Amino acid sequence: MTHHLSHQKVVLGSFTWNVDTLLMSTLLAAAIALLLIVGARRLRSDRAPTGLALFVEYIYDWVDGQVAESYRGGRRFMDSMALALFVWIVAMNALDLLPADVPSNLASLAGAHLWHVLPTADINGTFAMAFVVAVFIIVAGVRAKGMGGFLHEWIAAPLGKNPLLWLPNVFLNFVELLSRPVSLALRLFGNMFAGELMFLLIALFTLNAVGPDVGTVVLFVLQVGLGFVWSAFDLLIALLQAYIFMLLPIVYITLAEEHHG
Amino acid sequence: MLQPNATFIAQIIVFLLLLWFIYAFVVPMIAKPVNERYKRIADGLAAADAGRKELEAASARANDILREARERARAIEDQAQRRSLEEIETAKLAAQAEGARIVAASQAEAANEAARAREQLRREFGALVVRGASQLLEREIDARSHAQLIERLTQEIAGD
Repeated sequence: MTHHLSHQKVVLGSFTWNVDTLLMSTLLAAAIALLLIVGARRLRSDRAPTGLALFVEYIYDWVDGQVAESYRGGRRFMDSMALALFVWIVAMNALDLLPADVPSNLASLAGAHLWHVLPTADINGTFAMAFVVAVFIIVAGVRAKGMGGFLHEWIAAPLGKNPLLWLPNVFLNFVELLSRPVSLALRLFGNMFAGELMFLLIALFTLNAVGPDVGTVVLFVLQVGLGFVWSAFDLLIALLQAYIFMLLPIVYITLAEEHHG
Repeated sequence: MLQPNATFIAQIIVFLLLLWFIYAFVVPMIAKPVNERYKRIADGLAAADAGRKELEAASARANDILREARERARAIEDQAQRRSLEEIETAKLAAQAEGARIVAASQAEAANEAARAREQLRREFGALVVRGASQLLEREIDARSHAQLIERLTQEIAGD
């Protein structure tokens, strides 16, 4: 079982790379970039979209609506960030629905002994996105208030301007700054890792079966039934977690641009 | 799985690349036609609205013109009717006057005729009387004295 959850690693000097996470996420990023651009190129202003263009416009329109609900201001960057996060995370999460052995068996054909197919169940993947979001939150705050205003809020908000409260303010802001990306990254990682673990546990039911006896048949039926139920549930989780990872950065950046204290 | 390593840095780069691609190409490429389409739809709706308002205004104006024309036609009709009545009245009066004149003229003529007839009758009667008297006297009387006599007789008869 652990071979499904261990990464295929390449060590170059002091750097270790999870090849599976990198390859799957990069392939998916390229695939959705291609999909989006092909759909977008077919959009016209003088007729209704169809097919892929309709799909792309629908997602864009929905994401744009989500951004517009909280963010006041030019939406090009926010739309881009939300679109990138949502579509990419959905695509990566969808890998969880592949039968557990298929990706690793395919990878072993290519010579990889280990293959952890789900990039969002690798904290490197989720923390990378959360880190970028955290940087954007800081940049948005500085851009909206200037460096002086930004630093002022670090010592003067949320508790107040009193010099006695400066230290608690800085502490709270520091916790906030850290907790947001950490919770983002761990929430996605935890949900997807747990979902993957569930699939693997369900797959264990008949792993060591020796023959077609009654117990094996019961376990097989259970495995198929639970596998089906968990697939449906995991699909829900995959979409919901992508939505949360898209929505919270919008809210955080909106808040970062507001004036406090 | 849980060990952080250099994959983190690579994933940041992948995410930033995807974000840059979407920001630089995808979103503008979607937003431009979509916003243009929204604008076209909004413009089309506004134009339809304006057209409908214009149509309403035009039909109101047409109604006004129609009503005005109807009123004017009615006024003209009234005027014509009044004038024709007046003309009939005038003609009637003229005809009455003419009739009265003709009646009066014929009455006068009749009176003249009667007077002339009476005069002639008187003359003839006078002559008859003289002829009768002369036949009775069986003698010729001077024509001059006759005339005087007849005249006198005529006067006398006319005097009755």
